[in-house]
Amino acid sequence: MYLVSAACYVIGLHMMRTPKTARNGNRVSAVGMIIAVIMTFLIVINKHEATMTGSIVLAAGLILGLAYGTIRARTVEMTDMPQLVSLFNAVGGGAAAAIGTFDYLSLTAGSHISFAFSFPVALDLVIGGVTFSGSLIATGKLAGNISGKPISFPGAKLLNAIVVIVIVAAVVLTIGFPVNAWWLVLTLVASLIFGILMTIPIGGADMPVVVSLLNAFTGLAVAMAGFVIDNQALIIAGALVGAAGTILTLQMAAAMNRSVMNIIAGGFGTGDSNSAAAD
Amino acid sequence: MSQELYTNIAIFVLSILVGFEVISKIPSTLHTPMMSGANAIHGVVVVGTILIALEAHSVLFYVIAFIAVFLASINVSGGYVVTDRMLQMFSKPKKTDDQKQDGGDK
Repeated sequence: MYLVSAACYVIGLHMMRTPKTARNGNRVSAVGMIIAVIMTFLIVINKHEATMTGSIVLAAGLILGLAYGTIRARTVEMTDMPQLVSLFNAVGGGAAAAIGTFDYLSLTAGSHISFAFSFPVALDLVIGGVTFSGSLIATGKLAGNISGKPISFPGAKLLNAIVVIVIVAAVVLTIGFPVNAWWLVLTLVASLIFGILMTIPIGGADMPVVVSLLNAFTGLAVAMAGFVIDNQALIIAGALVGAAGTILTLQMAAAMNRSVMNIIAGGFGTGDSNSAAAD
Repeated sequence: MSQELYTNIAIFVLSILVGFEVISKIPSTLHTPMMSGANAIHGVVVVGTILIALEAHSVLFYVIAFIAVFLASINVSGGYVVTDRMLQMFSKPKKTDDQKQDGGDK
């Protein structure tokens, strides 16, 4: 049962509401995470299904990832923290998208799949892909590798519209038709491009709000990945972060006297949104 | 629709409601750590990646699984450590107030 770890997340988040208990709240939630991981290993060991190479791959990925994450988090300058959070957000979305890809590709090509499976897979890929590339762009902007100013170019709106249409078409193909790896690739690539297009015109003080929004997206992607592999720990935590992140985004935007729509839409060309508001 | 799917959807909806409730009104100084904390929680995706990694049976799947596990474990370890550092940093100036209050209570 993942119930204990789920309870730890909720209690942890709750404790983070006041500065006094915030640090312990984070620890409670970390304990919940450790419990979830240990339980997963117990489940896997009980099943006796693990392959040798799979275990090696798992161990290598875990050790490298844990080491890299911990070292980066420990050594980062305080002023560089926002982009690091954004980077961690990107890898979370990427991992969720990878789960969807894995499960979709493990089906035999040409066979029909149930709506209950293909729908979360498609959503997982779209949301995960958008967050992955979007957060990477946000990281680059915060770190100064990409210009922090809003970047807009002629035809950006048209390009956005085309990419959205491609995503919708690819999702319909993925959901409504028999398994075909190319539709999955198309969905993923179009989502990655949309993530870049969405984030690149946003700049300056709006960045934290966007990072928070992408954070909420990752939560949803993780929840969808939970539906795909039928794992309730992912569904609970993902939905929790999705909802909490959405509220947080709204509050952060409200603290700056801006609406979220304003920030996202404002990116599509500052001049355009001003004239639209005048109308 | 299967029974399992119903259960999962119910869990999903209830978790969203809990998420909305738990972060209703928080001070704006805590926005960034809260975001970072939530970011660490969705590192739970590592659980999913562990499960798929052990199902892999060919090179393509090993590669995807490795990427998934690697990314997810960065998310989970880095997320918690960075949140902890963040909270450690800005609880320091507050500490004097807290200690005064604690002392007063005793």
